[in-house]
Amino acid sequence: MTDRSSDDVQSPWVGWALFLPAAAFLAAFTYYPAIATLIESLFSNAKAGRAARFVGLDNYAAMIDDPIFWNALANNAWFALGTIPASIGLAIGMALLVNRALPGRALVRMSYFAPTILAMVAVANIWLFIFAPQIGLLNMATAWLGLAPHNWLGQPSTALASVTAVAIWKEAGFFMIFYLAALQNMPANLAEAAAIEGASRWYYFWKVTFPLLMPTTLFVLVNAVVNAFRLVDHIIVMTKGGPDNASMLLLYYIYEVGFKYWDTSYAAAMSMVLLAILGAVAIGQFLILDRRTHYR
Amino acid sequence: MSVGAETTFQKVLETAAAWMLGVLWALPLLYAAWAAFHLAGDSTRFDLAAPLTWKNFAYVWAAAPFPRYFLNTFLLVTLIIIVQFTLSTLAGYAFARFRWPGRNVMFVLVLLQLMIMPDVLIVENYGTMAKLGLVDTIVAIGMPYFGSAFGIFLMRQTFKSIPRELDDAARIEGAGTMLTLLKVYVPLAKPVYLAYGLVSVSYHWNNFLWPLIVTNSVTSRPLTVGLQIFSSGDQGIDWSIITAATLLSAGPLLVAFLLFQRQFVQSFLRAGIR
Repeated sequence: MTDRSSDDVQSPWVGWALFLPAAAFLAAFTYYPAIATLIESLFSNAKAGRAARFVGLDNYAAMIDDPIFWNALANNAWFALGTIPASIGLAIGMALLVNRALPGRALVRMSYFAPTILAMVAVANIWLFIFAPQIGLLNMATAWLGLAPHNWLGQPSTALASVTAVAIWKEAGFFMIFYLAALQNMPANLAEAAAIEGASRWYYFWKVTFPLLMPTTLFVLVNAVVNAFRLVDHIIVMTKGGPDNASMLLLYYIYEVGFKYWDTSYAAAMSMVLLAILGAVAIGQFLILDRRTHYR
Repeated sequence: MSVGAETTFQKVLETAAAWMLGVLWALPLLYAAWAAFHLAGDSTRFDLAAPLTWKNFAYVWAAAPFPRYFLNTFLLVTLIIIVQFTLSTLAGYAFARFRWPGRNVMFVLVLLQLMIMPDVLIVENYGTMAKLGLVDTIVAIGMPYFGSAFGIFLMRQTFKSIPRELDDAARIEGAGTMLTLLKVYVPLAKPVYLAYGLVSVSYHWNNFLWPLIVTNSVTSRPLTVGLQIFSSGDQGIDWSIITAATLLSAGPLLVAFLLFQRQFVQSFLRAGIR
């Protein structure tokens, strides 16, 4: 297609006027709060009768000395490492499985995708029941296998893994649809050529399918990373970061500090860390997309 | 045409794998549905002869202000979708068809919101709502999402793909900017509005953290927050009641999904692949 962007109507007033309403809300609830967070993180917390004063990097120093902050950051890294590869792997597997003739295919696809439609709060409530001691489905299954019952969410050793499993269950089906669309757009003659060459299916997947799915994987990866740091609904419902901070994630800790202890300055300092992580993802995505356009 | 001679055995194996994964994935939902439709005593004993009951749903409906929560959520998603459609259409048009100073810088700033979303700016946004005196209103739940980078980007891409000849023709006939937008661009973007609408409604129907923070009474609380307060409240731990409340709150979206499965999947795809 020829680029006709030079034909764009040259009209500074109309352009700005059309953008202005959206810009006002973007400025008020994204750019202003991002900058305000930075400023607030440099001030002390205003208390009754005592105004906030400039404290420089004191809040950041407190953060570095706060074991719960490091705990939350480490947990969040484990949570991301646990959910992202597993849900992407499962999504590719699911897409491959339902991208072929299969009895009851529509039903299987629906089963994979259904968790995507549910609110994380609803999902968390359902899984709370599954993880429940004694009567939960999981403990009934382990009892049937002759294993001792386990308090999945109540033990520090399994709490984080349990909430990770919930996130994987919720996300895999969502990512699947992108892989499914990509698989369906794949040229059929590639498979024919490979069949003539006598390539094994394993070889074909790793040498042809997987590389061709790379743009999809990048898109899904960015989504998955952002979700790993943005979603804490299940933590609120299932563990409240416990037991003993074992499932504490960064945004949940910010929420606790900001809205339970009302220490908004300290919450702002930690929010800056979260913003830095998301900003790094954004920059990474721009750089990768930039590279992709070069060899296209 | 399949790669590597696929034996019948392999086919059976893969079908079995697809089904087993499907059952595993459906199990939590089916288990919840089982509990919700059985009395508390029967809910964890898998006796197929146990009587089905609507009592849990009736109890939930009466025990907490769920009708009000439904109304609040309905008002919330309606408000958000109307404002988002309007603002994203105008801004998308500005980015797609006009040249104005600062356009490229503004576009990068807009894209930035895809990552730095209001969901993580809760502390400052709460402060803003407090200053505006909007805490505990439905408008406050929706307002941070009115300006939507996702919507602006989606509409820009859509409008860019519309042949400029149609635009030229409308202008030759004397249509101004707004009339051209309304008569040429908006009608041609209908499938995109459907996709954007489904994605936006499911997102805000399910959104939780921000509504939890900014609401504190029945008059503004959406379903997700109502569900959480109900199930963590003094229900004891009656799983039949809690799963019934959960399914009730997810019900309309789940039913809509079952009826319009293809549109949902297509919408998420259209919204995702740009």
